[in-house]
Amino acid sequence: MKKEEQEKIDRGKAFLRKFNKEDGDEPKEKKSFWQSIRIPALAILTGLLIGAILIVLTSPRVYEAFGQGFFRGIGTALNEVYVSYRALFTGAFGDLGKIIKAIQSGTPHQIRVAINPILESLVVSTPYIFTGLAVALGFRAGLFNIGVEGQLFIGTACATFVGYSIKGLPGFIHMPLALLAGMVGGALWGFIPGFLKAKTGGHEVINTIMMNYIAFRLTDWLLTGPMTRQGAGSMPVSPIIEKSAEIPQFFPSPIRFHLGFFIALGVAWFIWWLLFKTTWGLNLRTVGTNPRAAKYAGLSTDKTTMMGMSISGALAGLAGAVQTLAVNRSMAIGLSSGYGFDSIALALIGNNHPLGVVLSSLLFGSLRNGATRMMVVSRIPIDIVSVIQAIILMLVAAPGIIQAIYHLKDLKTGDNKVFLSGWGGKA
Amino acid sequence: MSKSTHAIQHKQITEVSKPRRYGMAIVEIGIALLIFFAFALKIAPDVETNFVMTPGGITQGTMQDMILPSRLTLLVLAALASIIGLVQLFKGFQKQTNLMVGITGFLLIMSFLVWQGAGKSLNLGGMLNSAVLLAVPITLAAFAGILSERCGIVNIAIEGMMLFAAMTGTIIGSLTGSCFLGILGAIAGALGLAAIHAMLSIKYKINQTISGTVINIFSAGITAYVSQKFLQVNEAINTPPMLGRVPIPVLADIPFLGPILFNTNVFVYLLMIILVILQFALFSTRWGLRLRSVGEHPKAADTLGINVNRLRWMGVLLSGAIAGLAGAFFTLGSVGRFEEGMTAGKGFIGIAAMIFGNWNPIGSLGAGLLFGFADAIGSKLSILGSGIPTQFMAMAPYLITMIVLAGFIGKGQAPAAAGTPYDKE
Repeated sequence: MKKEEQEKIDRGKAFLRKFNKEDGDEPKEKKSFWQSIRIPALAILTGLLIGAILIVLTSPRVYEAFGQGFFRGIGTALNEVYVSYRALFTGAFGDLGKIIKAIQSGTPHQIRVAINPILESLVVSTPYIFTGLAVALGFRAGLFNIGVEGQLFIGTACATFVGYSIKGLPGFIHMPLALLAGMVGGALWGFIPGFLKAKTGGHEVINTIMMNYIAFRLTDWLLTGPMTRQGAGSMPVSPIIEKSAEIPQFFPSPIRFHLGFFIALGVAWFIWWLLFKTTWGLNLRTVGTNPRAAKYAGLSTDKTTMMGMSISGALAGLAGAVQTLAVNRSMAIGLSSGYGFDSIALALIGNNHPLGVVLSSLLFGSLRNGATRMMVVSRIPIDIVSVIQAIILMLVAAPGIIQAIYHLKDLKTGDNKVFLSGWGGKA
Repeated sequence: MSKSTHAIQHKQITEVSKPRRYGMAIVEIGIALLIFFAFALKIAPDVETNFVMTPGGITQGTMQDMILPSRLTLLVLAALASIIGLVQLFKGFQKQTNLMVGITGFLLIMSFLVWQGAGKSLNLGGMLNSAVLLAVPITLAAFAGILSERCGIVNIAIEGMMLFAAMTGTIIGSLTGSCFLGILGAIAGALGLAAIHAMLSIKYKINQTISGTVINIFSAGITAYVSQKFLQVNEAINTPPMLGRVPIPVLADIPFLGPILFNTNVFVYLLMIILVILQFALFSTRWGLRLRSVGEHPKAADTLGINVNRLRWMGVLLSGAIAGLAGAFFTLGSVGRFEEGMTAGKGFIGIAAMIFGNWNPIGSLGAGLLFGFADAIGSKLSILGSGIPTQFMAMAPYLITMIVLAGFIGKGQAPAAAGTPYDKE
């Protein structure tokens, strides 16, 4: 009897695997390494090229030079791009010459300053890993979570509150507790749209965006009211968290590299395991890719929707919690700009796979970090990264464009892993 | 035969709407109770609310102040809301469900105002005037959504299109010194993004929500880039001429309605004109019928010789044009300069208004007005100092959007093919 049941379950699982087509254990067709990274790589290249064009087009110096002569103009344009992208690169990964000089000089502080850029890139990447995972997990469940920003705000507020209000706890309890608070806050903020989608069919795209705005207002109120730091000046900020709640940084100033980065990697591994190695993950992916099949297999789409949104929100909340406990140490208004939309791009560029998300987060963390330096050197607003990001996202989502630009012949389409429902909500 | 199919259909409709019906009834009765307990019982019986019916600084079409006994008014409003709720509970309003919840929403807002204004004087005329103004971008965004979705393309890029259009509008307007050219510039900007959306979702058949997100990210990035690099540095390209208040002769003299609807911003008149044209074009012309058929059943439309993708391109581009006008409203109609992220989710709220209004222009106008009203109250009462934190007042439109979505998005209401690319096989 028991054996029969087991067989039945196995058959059901095999059916679901077949339906999902792609599988964590053994992919049906092994794509070559080049084939699998070709589209993202070309998309990134094209994005950077268009970024360069934008830099040239918006530089008054280039126009002046073109007034003096065509070749002079071309030269200035190329120089402008070179200077900017060089600043971007050294800002993101450090200047090799400077590093060598610093090591030769032997003063620890100088070495730290010289190697800081690449470590700072990891610091900047850390929240992106969490938020990218949040969006990717949502996509896997067929949910489009645009509410990462709001979930992150609430997560930050919860973690900060636990971080400063509880006093006298040992660090190994206080810090995890604050992280947990951030996760719970984010999960709650994700659960509400998930619940609304499952029970009423209200589409999560609109609801998560609305929850974003509500979260902004709510944290705004918290920071000007109940959570405000007395005598902190004109910008409302929360009190500074207790020492015991801090996530440790590994090196003295100016390096901010912290344990949170490894937490992010660990969480990414965990999400991979959850998605591809557990029945729960298989069910979630089935609901995401083929809700009708999932229904026939007796899976509850409602439950998956609510769970998916909650976990997605928890990851987003964790992003804010880690950033606060490790780097900011208190909450300020507008602490996160554009994580929500950025992370959608990261998830899609990483093909909604945890490893892909980590890689694309590292890339964009580095880009953002480098862009800060680029802003100082050549006065290019940091928002150019968003533009590049949008273009890369567009090219990754529509491989046909890449195919047309670069005349690729052997492109296999149909590996788009995102399935989203229309306004009808419940499938 | 026909009787049985009719019976089946009818059964389906009631089956689908039952939980929604009860849900809405609960919301409506909840509102009635809220009015009764939170507002009516909190006020002394002899207090009066003084509504000023004419916006400040207006001399045409003035009207006497309306003085209401606060408590009695609130009791009447609560009674009305509970009647609607009870009818909803026991009988249901079927097609009028949206309308009835909308009315209950207005009752709630009115009671809130009566309660806030108890023992004080409140400028209702001014509030309605600004509500209409605030409804303009939301309603235009809803129209943009309707045009796109009716032909089967989900357009969540309206927000991005509006933001981009607001920027191109301010630049062209400032450079040429002409409002008209500024608006054209805004429309052109949004059209460019709409063309990208159409290309991605019609030609390359990528997921329309993702395509919209691409445009939203791009737009947020490029506008912030241009704003920091040029607009903040050079004020001369960020001071466009503005379309202001223009009274319409005769109509502006109508008491109460005149100052609110006919002595206001030109964009309000544009909105009304577009409303009439859109309603007529969608539901009374062959073009409208074709556009809708493409959104409902593209295959059938194709068999009848309609060029599905051409109509879809048309729909998305028109949607972009209207989103452009909505964007122009921000820089050329209300603020007078471009600021980063100035659309503040109005495009998304517009989509909610579209859903609330059942993908129908007139319905969307109603929904837009409701959102505009909620917004106006938020900003006016924060000036008055109501004791409620301004941030909570500012949440109202977003909360209402969510409640509305929870109640109204039915399967049978959205264009059936919205969101799916058309494959000609």
